[in-house]
Amino acid sequence: MPDVSFTVDGKKLTAPAGTLLIDACKSAGIEIPAFCYYPGLSLQAACRMCVVRIEKMPKLQTACTTPVAEGMVVVSESPEIAQARKSTLQLLLGNHPLDCPVCDAGGQCELQDMTFKYGAADSFYAEPKNHREEQQWSPVVFFDRPRCILCYRCVRMCGEGMDVFALGIQNRGSSSVIAPNVPAELSPEHLPHVDCEQCGMCIDVCPVGALTSGTYRYKTRPWEMNHVSTICTHCGDGCKTTLGVRSTSEGSEIMRGDNRDKSGMNGDFLCNKGRYAFDFANQPERLTKPLVRQPDGKLKPVSWEEALTFAGNKLRELRDTRGAASIGVIGSNRTTNEENYLLQKFARTVLGTNNIDHHRTADYVTLAVALQGSANRLASQRDVLTAQNILLIGGDPTNQAPLTAWNLRTNVRLNKAKLFIANTDEIKLRRQAKAFIQVAPFAYNSFVDYLAGDDASANSASVSAQADQLSDFRAAVVEAESLLVLVGNELRDGELTRLINTLPNAKFACIADYANSRGASDMGLLPDMLPGYQPLSGSALAEEFHTPAQPGLDMLAMFDAANSGALSALYVVGSNPVAHYSVDPSALQNTFLIVQDMFLTETAALADVVLPAANLYEKSGSVTNSYGDLQLVSKAADKPGTRSDFELIVRLADKMGHPVKSLVPFGKGLRADMGQSRGAQSGEADRHAVWLTANNLEPKVSPFDSFAILDEIQRVVPGYDKLRRLQLLSGNDQHIAPASSGLVQIENRKNLVLPSSDTLFTSGSLTKYSPMLLDIQKHQQREVADHFAEAD
Amino acid sequence: MAAVENTLFSPQTAARFDKLVTLYPIKRSALVPMLLYAQDEVGYVSDEVVAEIAKRLDLLELDVRNVLSYYSMLRTKPAGKYNVQVCTNISCMLRGGYELLDHCKSTLGIGHKGVTADGMFSLEEVECIGACCWAPAVQVNYDFHDDLTPAKLDAVLETYREGRGTDVH
Repeated sequence: MPDVSFTVDGKKLTAPAGTLLIDACKSAGIEIPAFCYYPGLSLQAACRMCVVRIEKMPKLQTACTTPVAEGMVVVSESPEIAQARKSTLQLLLGNHPLDCPVCDAGGQCELQDMTFKYGAADSFYAEPKNHREEQQWSPVVFFDRPRCILCYRCVRMCGEGMDVFALGIQNRGSSSVIAPNVPAELSPEHLPHVDCEQCGMCIDVCPVGALTSGTYRYKTRPWEMNHVSTICTHCGDGCKTTLGVRSTSEGSEIMRGDNRDKSGMNGDFLCNKGRYAFDFANQPERLTKPLVRQPDGKLKPVSWEEALTFAGNKLRELRDTRGAASIGVIGSNRTTNEENYLLQKFARTVLGTNNIDHHRTADYVTLAVALQGSANRLASQRDVLTAQNILLIGGDPTNQAPLTAWNLRTNVRLNKAKLFIANTDEIKLRRQAKAFIQVAPFAYNSFVDYLAGDDASANSASVSAQADQLSDFRAAVVEAESLLVLVGNELRDGELTRLINTLPNAKFACIADYANSRGASDMGLLPDMLPGYQPLSGSALAEEFHTPAQPGLDMLAMFDAANSGALSALYVVGSNPVAHYSVDPSALQNTFLIVQDMFLTETAALADVVLPAANLYEKSGSVTNSYGDLQLVSKAADKPGTRSDFELIVRLADKMGHPVKSLVPFGKGLRADMGQSRGAQSGEADRHAVWLTANNLEPKVSPFDSFAILDEIQRVVPGYDKLRRLQLLSGNDQHIAPASSGLVQIENRKNLVLPSSDTLFTSGSLTKYSPMLLDIQKHQQREVADHFAEAD
Repeated sequence: MAAVENTLFSPQTAARFDKLVTLYPIKRSALVPMLLYAQDEVGYVSDEVVAEIAKRLDLLELDVRNVLSYYSMLRTKPAGKYNVQVCTNISCMLRGGYELLDHCKSTLGIGHKGVTADGMFSLEEVECIGACCWAPAVQVNYDFHDDLTPAKLDAVLETYREGRGTDVH
């Protein structure tokens, strides 16, 4: 659009034609207050706060609905405007309770700020206030009706943003009220509530304290918390969540999560889990003391020294007596890249085995191999918000990757992107789709064949779709000038490769299930590949590690080996394979099992040594989301009695008698030569130290500083070599494309992808330790049961 | 074929609704007339009516409730057999609308939006009903009675009580 020039408060401004005056002013640093206006949502012009004087227009105009025009002359602040805004505030305050000292929004309330600015302390409205009791709409949504200023942000956010439409407006005029979709008369206890995705976006956008969150309300004040931006530990979307953290007598505790600063790729979006499901961190069942199994068969709390010495000695003994190949290592989807890299380095160099695996939730190996050597074929999460044509094949982002779903909806709504969906189920996102094909059960294979041009597979690909629907769909997808393909974890191996080959110009992303599923894969928690999907032999890294050229045991093979007595020891970091893979507990009875976890999970309960670990909110490092966007994880909370997985791996190596410096190159001193004199390998930690010094940051000299290994990751993992440290440390995301060339297609490889099928209200093994998630599940079940009762 | 199976409404009304949906470029435009006709037939807008109308118009029940609650002439509870609507807007007010309202309250023994124990009458204070020239005016169900005094109103109520009034039910 061509630019137009206009004047605001005597300042000459230009903005593209069609820009709203309020946005144009904001870009120029001129603040125009508004309650009802919200970027990205439809216009409401309900609050009358954004009124400005525009020359040649008879009355004050709302800046939120006025597009800029050539030659427009605007006054944004004058006594007349201040008076108009003050009157609006007086009206709003007419029935607004002045309970700011106890209100959750106190201190971060837009109404409070505006009253402070325009001084509407005196009021003409002397009528008694109309009080209503607050209502609990769900375990996480509370509504305090008199505080509501009827800006309708929540209604629009729920409908347009979330495509849920759980909130409406009822009655008229001054008795208007925000109403949830289950009215009192239809609920069993005669109280209104919401049947929705429980994302809390309505609470997030509420400019006042009318909607408050069940987990945060009346707990603390905003100014009593520190706010730490970090990455959500739940799904693989990589949302940034700003955690409000408060000191407690023994550490620090997370009080709430939101992203009001819109700092991450998710803008202000967070789903239920990102916003509320941090409560597992303070569960009473949380392990805070190392446990060692005693001769009587019971786990007993012991000191760290005792537990680590016992585990280290035993592990060394088993390695030396029964061989490295008899030891297995299982990594996590929720630990940082640094920890994952360190764990595989531990397995390959300290133990000397390739027996390492993790719970794989998407086929990144195939993705990397199929796309190797091609540039610009791996999509970032940011592409989902801007791509013009998108094919979603498999997966259900609404439930499994809520930010992806949010971005898809936003892109369709605001940018008119074309979304094509092929799925075996009628997923909710089909409401945004230009075309939807219901694929026959287990027939993604045939569908990919059909896309590739095999007309004969049309019948097996879809039962319900007509022939012309299918051919239109294929034509639109194949002929699209630019295409983004999002692949659910139903598609793997050959199907995925064929899909990638069928659409040679498209960008691809595989949707995985956890915060660092992609990172676990990239960092080489795989028995047959080194970090960056490099082959076990022939690469420089393989030589450096001196790893066996033979692939190690995968997850299932490890348990088979345990069953047959061939697995002498198993080291499990932040994973619960016994539950995920339904392993018979007796399989592990002759295996020395070390488990690092937060809780006594099904796996930890079988262990000989249990080491209490910190979670992702209690450590620093980096994670890579499903799309390959690398982001910084910052330490927010602190739980005494736990240690980071990084520290535990290093300590275990130390107790095994391994020189720690060869595992984690840390420290400065004599090695501070920036790698110039003795080759690139020698200066690693120092490069980091030099960089830190240059940026006025304290150089870390501890072997437990996870950044000490980041240099090595940058050096040896293709794709990660391009990461920019300043970007990472400033909390920005950067897209990593690990597909280097020279990757080898392994024949007859078992991909072993096991989708965890999490929903909006489950998060793997963490689910049962989050009271909030359990509450919500109960709430949702009751809603579903009610609907069934109605249908009868 | 009928748009909705096992409809709540009479065959005539159901057929009327089937047609109503086709009359507008957007289906939901039929919402307000549909609510009014449904209320005339059922007597009030019940939860079942809300559910069926939502189904007919592809709306959420919440959407129907949003609109339903906006209009004061749509009710969600049964009214009396004869719904007495007394206008108290300016012309009627000047010519004794409030006297009529007070008179109704005392003779029927009910207040605004009340229903008599026998279910015969209900009372409502309403905004302008468009009979300003013959103020004060009262509307009973769909019938107008104008240029009233308390005595004349007694006679009007009496005709209904004796069953000689028009009955839309």
